[in-house]
Amino acid sequence: MADQIRVNSDPRAAVTGDSVKPIDLRKRPRIGEIIIQTMLYACGFISIFTTIGIVYVLGHESLAFFASDEVGLVEFFTNTVWQPQIGEFGILPLVNSTMMVTVIALIVAIPLGLAMAIYMAEYASERVRAFLKPVIELLAGIPTVVYGFFALTFVTPWLREIFGRDVVQIYNVMSAGLVVGILITPIIATLSEDALSAVPSGLRQASLGLGATKWETAIRVVVPAAFSGIVAASIVAMSRAIGETMVVALAAGASPQFTFNPFLPAETMTGHIARISGGDLSYQSIDYNSIFAIGLVLFFMTLILNIASRMIVRRFREVYE
Amino acid sequence: MAMKAIDPQYTADTKYALEVRNVDIYYSAFRAVKNCSFGMERNKITALIGPSGCGKSTVLRSLNRMNDLIAGARTEGEVLYRGQNLYDPDIDAVQVRRSIGMVFQKANPFPKSIYDNIAYGPRVNGWKGSKAEMDELVERALRGAALWDEVKDDLKKSGLAISGGQQQRLCIARALAVEPEVILMDEPCSALDPISTLKIEELMFELRQRYSIVIVTHNMQQAARASDNTVFFLMDKEDRAGQIVEYGPTEQIFQSPKDERTEQYISGRFG
Repeated sequence: MADQIRVNSDPRAAVTGDSVKPIDLRKRPRIGEIIIQTMLYACGFISIFTTIGIVYVLGHESLAFFASDEVGLVEFFTNTVWQPQIGEFGILPLVNSTMMVTVIALIVAIPLGLAMAIYMAEYASERVRAFLKPVIELLAGIPTVVYGFFALTFVTPWLREIFGRDVVQIYNVMSAGLVVGILITPIIATLSEDALSAVPSGLRQASLGLGATKWETAIRVVVPAAFSGIVAASIVAMSRAIGETMVVALAAGASPQFTFNPFLPAETMTGHIARISGGDLSYQSIDYNSIFAIGLVLFFMTLILNIASRMIVRRFREVYE
Repeated sequence: MAMKAIDPQYTADTKYALEVRNVDIYYSAFRAVKNCSFGMERNKITALIGPSGCGKSTVLRSLNRMNDLIAGARTEGEVLYRGQNLYDPDIDAVQVRRSIGMVFQKANPFPKSIYDNIAYGPRVNGWKGSKAEMDELVERALRGAALWDEVKDDLKKSGLAISGGQQQRLCIARALAVEPEVILMDEPCSALDPISTLKIEELMFELRQRYSIVIVTHNMQQAARASDNTVFFLMDKEDRAGQIVEYGPTEQIFQSPKDERTEQYISGRFG
């Protein structure tokens, strides 16, 4: 103790004393650090390279498709018949059925998912919420082929029971749309719940303090304050519905046709790609190339949705301190 | 189930706008406040003071049943308003809050326009009037909170886009718009600069003519200069429950406190 005090009492001794070694502060190479940094950098760029690769393949094959004499760009986007066998390549029937499935799914999923989210964020006790949220997330983990089977063997018979067997076909858009709606409900529910829970509790207290009920508070204050998050959740869910393949392949049918009747069979873009690419088409045939063109359109649709989602989130986000 | 409405005709000539009798407040098993009894005089400003953790905010929040929102919170005893105990089983907390408004520590305007912030309370309370009448009500509330001249040209602007002091006055205006009888303020100036604080204190003196005000404050000077009556709370060291040490006219509390602990606290020796 006494020793220590003596040393500390003259700090200059450490600097000026001859016995103290000088400290080397010069830069030195750190090979390990550089390697790790480079690897992490590369990992970060893999996602970009993958996207570029996908766009390249889609674009390259699509170019071969559009360059052929059998099809023109205008015809591709305006013709309402898709029958590669007879050289009719109009993407509208496929886009139309994709949009029908998506709209039906969103009509189911937005109210249901939002109601779940409002219940979890505003009404459920801590214990109920701790139980419910994992269960809803589990719902999102069920393989989509199971959902497809559920549509075909449960929802379709049920629809045919209600609306009549001659009205509702075995394969139909409605059944697929309803089940895709159930499939994307957890996405809307959990993402919206996050958005609602992030609303500062001061806003709820202010509203309740003015004599509003819980429901008025939820609908008129909390939901509008979380609006951007709810819209973003809906758009993520919409992209998921557009891209969903297994349910529509199993339940919606395999005949591309241009119809607005949801009880008739129709083939979506993804369903068609799945069917054709699973079949025994020869490479370099025009049929084979056509699915890349469809894929490219799908890619742009989801890309635009993603961009829109970002813009909406930025535009409507409320900034709290 | 019919909820008993608070009788609007009640004009008992009692001295108190609100009266607390033998109130104990629990958070689950923990008793946060014990044996609390005091009255809040009509058209006066009552300040609740005391060090952190002494239960003064808890008591304030029990006055319009905001504690109901905290899971596990329970109030025993009576809070009397217009001759009725607010904790009677057939009293509706939502109705209570329409008569006893609240302004919070942190300004919390809704992410809506200034106009809609004010109109919110009347709207959820079943507003039936015309657009012109609502315009009038909004102006009256903003004038009442001394904010009208600053925002009259920007009523469509977001309530979050004005300064902190203006936001707090907007919250006061929002509370005035539902025409309550009592306004509870939970450290309304703690996040504000001295000039904004002064404005709010001046405003409180004006509001006193029409409303009864109860304010929780950490700021001794504020209690001394901006209140009529003062209630001093302190935590009992044995069971950590908050209790009232002394209450009375502010002048008396600050100049000739009866209890030694009050004297120590206001002279800044602890807390």
